[in-house]
Amino acid sequence: MGKTIAKKSDHVNALKSLIGNQIFIPIAALLLLVIFHLIMDPSFFAIKMGTNSAGNAVLSGYLITILDSGSELAILAIGMTLVTAASGGQDISVGATIAIAGSVILRVLCGTNSRPDSLQAPIIVAFLVACVAGMLCGAFNGILVAKFKIQPMVATLILFTAGRSIAAWINNNELPVISDKTFTYFGEYIPGIPIPTPFFIAMACVLVIALVLKFTNLRLYIQSVGINEGASKLNGLNPAFVKFLSFVILGLCVAVAGLIKVSRISTINYSVIAKDIEMDAILAVALGGNALGGGKFNMTASILGAYVIQCLTTTLYKFNVQSDALPAYKAVVVIALVVFSAPMVKEKAAELGKKIKKNKKAGEVA
Amino acid sequence: MKNKNKRSLTKSNLLLIITIAVFFLMYIGAIIIEGQGFLKPQTFLNILNANAALIITSCGMSIVMITAGIDISVGGVAALVSMCCAVYLDFHDGSVFMSIIIAVLIGLAFGVVQGFLVAYLGIQPFIVSLAGMFFARGMTTIVNTKPFNVANEAFVGLKSTRVVVPGLGTLNKLGKYVDAYVEIGVIVAILIVIVFFCLLRWSKLGRHFYAVGGNEQSALMLGINVKRTKFLAHLLCGLLAGIGGYVYFLHVGSGSASHASGMEMNAIASSIIGGTLLTGGVGNIIGTLFGVLSLSTIQNIVSSAGFDQAWWTGITVAGMLCIFLVIQSVIMNRKKK
Amino acid sequence: MKENAVLEMKHIHKSFPGVKALQNVDFTLCEGEIHALMGENGAGKSTLIKVLTGVYGKDQGEIFLKGSEKEVSIKSPQDAQNLGISTVYQEITLCPNLTVAENMFIGRSKGASVNWKMMNRKTEEILQSLDIPAKATQLLSSCSIAIQQMVAIARAVDEDCKVLILDEPTSSLDDQEVQKLFVLMKELRSKGVGIIFVTHFLEQVYEVCDKITVLRDGKLVGEYEIKDLPRVKLVAKMLGKDLDEKEDIRSGQPTFDAQGAAPVFEAEGLKSNAGIQPFNFYINKGEVNGFTGLLGSGRSESVRAIFGADHVLGGKVKMDGKEVKISKPLDAMKNGIAYLPEDRKADGIIGDLSVRENIILTSQVLKGFFHPYSKAESVKIAEEYIDLLDIKTASTETPIGSLSGGNQQKVILARCLLAHPEYLILDEPTRGIDIGTKMDIQKLVLKLASEGMSVTFISSETDEMLNTCSRLIVMRDRKVVGELHESELSQGSIMNAIAGGETE
Repeated sequence: MGKTIAKKSDHVNALKSLIGNQIFIPIAALLLLVIFHLIMDPSFFAIKMGTNSAGNAVLSGYLITILDSGSELAILAIGMTLVTAASGGQDISVGATIAIAGSVILRVLCGTNSRPDSLQAPIIVAFLVACVAGMLCGAFNGILVAKFKIQPMVATLILFTAGRSIAAWINNNELPVISDKTFTYFGEYIPGIPIPTPFFIAMACVLVIALVLKFTNLRLYIQSVGINEGASKLNGLNPAFVKFLSFVILGLCVAVAGLIKVSRISTINYSVIAKDIEMDAILAVALGGNALGGGKFNMTASILGAYVIQCLTTTLYKFNVQSDALPAYKAVVVIALVVFSAPMVKEKAAELGKKIKKNKKAGEVA
Repeated sequence: MKNKNKRSLTKSNLLLIITIAVFFLMYIGAIIIEGQGFLKPQTFLNILNANAALIITSCGMSIVMITAGIDISVGGVAALVSMCCAVYLDFHDGSVFMSIIIAVLIGLAFGVVQGFLVAYLGIQPFIVSLAGMFFARGMTTIVNTKPFNVANEAFVGLKSTRVVVPGLGTLNKLGKYVDAYVEIGVIVAILIVIVFFCLLRWSKLGRHFYAVGGNEQSALMLGINVKRTKFLAHLLCGLLAGIGGYVYFLHVGSGSASHASGMEMNAIASSIIGGTLLTGGVGNIIGTLFGVLSLSTIQNIVSSAGFDQAWWTGITVAGMLCIFLVIQSVIMNRKKK
Repeated sequence: MKENAVLEMKHIHKSFPGVKALQNVDFTLCEGEIHALMGENGAGKSTLIKVLTGVYGKDQGEIFLKGSEKEVSIKSPQDAQNLGISTVYQEITLCPNLTVAENMFIGRSKGASVNWKMMNRKTEEILQSLDIPAKATQLLSSCSIAIQQMVAIARAVDEDCKVLILDEPTSSLDDQEVQKLFVLMKELRSKGVGIIFVTHFLEQVYEVCDKITVLRDGKLVGEYEIKDLPRVKLVAKMLGKDLDEKEDIRSGQPTFDAQGAAPVFEAEGLKSNAGIQPFNFYINKGEVNGFTGLLGSGRSESVRAIFGADHVLGGKVKMDGKEVKISKPLDAMKNGIAYLPEDRKADGIIGDLSVRENIILTSQVLKGFFHPYSKAESVKIAEEYIDLLDIKTASTETPIGSLSGGNQQKVILARCLLAHPEYLILDEPTRGIDIGTKMDIQKLVLKLASEGMSVTFISSETDEMLNTCSRLIVMRDRKVVGELHESELSQGSIMNAIAGGETE
């Protein structure tokens, strides 16, 4: 008798620890979406083999779309998670800095001519220059946050406003178009491979960050600084540098995302490129169950969160929601998420739970 | 003792003095660079005409920032108000009076919800209002996708009403006397500046804003209802965003999803330039007014100096904000020492 | 309710996660009396007061006030104020960005508007009547801490309170100001106000109080008339032991042969931005020494300067005879110095991280960014130290924040030891932890020293210092004023040295 009870409580505990685990939140959200589609229209999950406009055999279907267009978001989620954990705030300039990075790539590739017949520089050079530009933007934000101790969101508000203007200025407000086919490989398909390239780039970034987290102390340092700056300092860490570093890493992620973005269309639209992506990136971090006030983080959950957000976006598109109206729906999701994770709400819920239990017990006794 | 008093004076007013000085220097600079254009009273009044809405929303922003919060949804709210009123006036043949009520209600609704989430649930104001901003922008598109000009007669009449400012008129090229004028929005803005200056200076609620921003824990100990105070700050900010949105609407006379883009940024920049501390507890509506004027003067200088491409405006505002943020941070860090 | 009592608290319980802060505490305050609330750090004084003023809700118990038959419920500071309970806290709870006058009146006046003229005039009157050298229109942040404290008291006094709580109001006042405060308190007493006085200074208690209530470890020890409780007995009640039953933890410990030992660490003219006078200091191999002095005398600031935790402004530092530069904690760590900070919560623990991560942190930073411990390694290390120091935790992965204070401190200690320092600095390692752990830590210090480690040990409790240290550096008013060697060490000599040689 006693044994069975013990076993039962073991099961309960296992369930509890699963629910208590951070990664449970994005998985639950994903399941919810999957169930929704299974009921509404199971064809959502269909994957077909077809040929695209370039004549390549490629896979198509909503799932492929999610994996494809969720790439930039997943890459950004990596950097945003680190920034959030270290600084306790978010970078809202990522969309604008993607515009800068993309603009830089086009500028290097096109030179002074906005519609060159051939590339003026190797793509790798353009990408490296964009990386430098992205990291400089990150460094700018990082200095304001770490050195001048300005709240991250206000500090990044500067580039949030100026970024797209700077991007336009870099190319004299012209719209360079690249005709070279190889450039599209990064945002579309490499001939012969039926899976979109951005997905591979995103996975490469995930792999890199996984290796970095495994073989360096980045996680320990960032978490320590995010949880207790004073104590970290006394243990030999330099909190300002750790925060700065997190912003620079995000800058690098932005550059990679920028490459994918411009490669998708071989040109740039300064006011539309990566529009509202900051919201999605923050949402991915929040959906991953990471505290927006900094501290501990779970990278896997954030990345999974990014794909769940993309899944939501694709779902909304499927139901003919206009792209400009998307933010309204996502804002509701954000608010719902932060409300449920607010400490005050959690406390209230726990109290309520206790009361119900008490009443139950009282009922049993009676 | 005397020394101490002197220092306290500098501390509380240093930022305000800097702002006013910056504005006058800038305006004088504008006169020197651009010449007579800026000497005409109408040029100055046009700055007011174009920025009445910004003055109103900045007042709200300052109040929230004094309580150590922030609200970046104001631009979105203004766009939503414009669109809703435009749709109501043109598609539903509504009255101007009702459209004003609608504007106020939209503003209040945002204020109530955001205030509740910030004050009573303890969620970071930035996250809340970021969501608010995206929600408002998204809703604007949902209400109506395409931008359009309002043709409602009563509204157009109100829009083109010009209030003559006596004594400031000038002779034009033909030697004819031209009256100087301001739009109705400017009158509203001036009234609001006066009302909220008085509110912050002489009402208990106003002083509670400062107390909460200065030290939340202490304010609680001193018997102030901190949650209600924060709630009211966001409520007022929402209300002013609604009114500011309507004044903006009155100025442009159209509804569009891209209206008032970057207004939240301008409002925050104006408040900060006007001496409101991001950390809360310090700020002044008069300073904010001068913040708006400084910001718009420099934008005028930039655009009339030949940098009329649209992107320069964004870069200028961001640059100003950056400089003032750093100045503030340096001053605050020095004070601590 | 007792006759002429203004306040009665009965069977008060309050617990926080992992701590029972108050257990079944009774407290009675009579009209026109000054009642001292005594206890060591962590005894529950502050918690009791915060329950009384509505900052914390109580878990159980009842509070009665004069004039009301039923128990009163105090849910917020506002409630307390309305019931005539005013408080002046240890840390200033006024708004620095408002004027003195506003700080006197905000949150109190009725009506919607502020009458500045009247407020300023009234404030001037009050300030004058209490002899407080401040102006009504001055910003509070431009006043000294002492004046800010007095403004807070003036506010409380002006609130016509029946119960006035002074929570360590004298810690930032000088003697003259303290005397002024006492005059004020006695005046209020004669008007029938009940005053609860919380302080660390024994002399002040005997100078001004009528009754004493002693708390220890969240429990009531007793309530005493001042004349029935001589100082020695009061201390014994607070510590929970009689002075003469002091354990001799030194016996049985092998001592390190300090004969001819060379200094491990030397400092000359060391100076930091924390406002201490430049000082000289050395410690030999295998020696345990300590800084002693009153709270705020500069003991913590001195060790912080040694470790580079504050900004070091000048001075020469030698490690093992070689000159080194220590400008930040990492420099000190690399030179084999480990430091356990005074404020465990703010500077010690990384709350949400696991016990394991907290233990390896320092040595991990020393190992470098690119050489992390593998999970298995770190678990092994953590388990080793959990055994060694007998840390009570569910597992190596339990967040440190959920451990009790004593066990948290042991984790921080493990973190220091794991770095295998030559020189270990312990600043108040025994604060706010249970007696058993205190003993463990003292024994450990002696054991480490016997193995050749140099230790600087700081504690507010002199008998702990006597137990462990063989040399004491005496500090007063942020200056090193002397040194006491082994043969001179006794309670009396320490007291004398701290007080400045004047015997009572």
